[in-house]
Amino acid sequence: MKKLILLAAILFCFLAANAQNGQDVTMGDVMRSEGKIYVVVVTMVIVFAGLAIYLFSMDRRLKKIEKENNETKHLL
Amino acid sequence: MKFIYQTWWKVLAVVMIFYTLIAGLLLGVPRLEILHETIRNTYFHVPMWIAMFTVFTISVIYSIKYLQTGKEEYDLISVECVNTGMFFFVVGLITGMLWAKYTWGEYWSNDPKQNSAAIAFLLYCAYGVLRNSIDEEQKRGKISAIYNIFAFPVMVVLIMVLPRLTDSLHPGNGGNPAFGKLDMDNRMRVVLYPAFIAWALMGVWIATLRYRIRLIEFKKNAIN
Repeated sequence: MKKLILLAAILFCFLAANAQNGQDVTMGDVMRSEGKIYVVVVTMVIVFAGLAIYLFSMDRRLKKIEKENNETKHLL
Repeated sequence: MKFIYQTWWKVLAVVMIFYTLIAGLLLGVPRLEILHETIRNTYFHVPMWIAMFTVFTISVIYSIKYLQTGKEEYDLISVECVNTGMFFFVVGLITGMLWAKYTWGEYWSNDPKQNSAAIAFLLYCAYGVLRNSIDEEQKRGKISAIYNIFAFPVMVVLIMVLPRLTDSLHPGNGGNPAFGKLDMDNRMRVVLYPAFIAWALMGVWIATLRYRIRLIEFKKNAIN
């Protein structure tokens, strides 16, 4: 029952959103201006952010291994 | 060598690339025929080559150092710099081909710049083949270091000098104005020069990561 209500609610949201299509509503203005170039910018930034995080995490893991190795050398 | 373990310059590189991504797409650029918005490729295509030159230069420096001292670590640095440089070489070639398709009409039009870049690529492929074909460590290090020292100036001549002596479609070659006074203004320089520095640092960063992995492997093998 809960699921059905949820489904109905989602459907209703969809219909409500669809009903707005006829009107000339402009929202999320920055992302839609200048041929939606901002969307491309954000996409590129996300991609590069992912790459940067990936590189930083590799760096951190390496640092850990290097520390461990130096410790074992010290013990020997 | 402490430099490669520090974080500040890595953060700097990332921040600067974020800046070039945002400013490079949103700031104004000159309105030119044929190029249109693809002029913004300058911010991403050229820095690939700058990054490549940076790591290849470091590689040559460490090849020389290796020959002087015989320290294995220097050999490892020089190899990993070449490996990283090859990545930027490929990316630079592919982005150049894509850009050429929409400005020169063909992905590959046998332009002197393209051809000599391809030859230079083969030159560095030969480095990898040569290196992997020698089993004995010191011999391998020495021969590949010498090859690297000779390959670098040949690569520079192939990419930077020879295309400039003939007619080429590529900007900066054969009477073709570079991105100089005519088609570049200060609006572009504000983005382009930080991009050069940022991608050069990025190349160095990746090379150092590869070197550190290689060093661990090397030490492990030495102990066993």
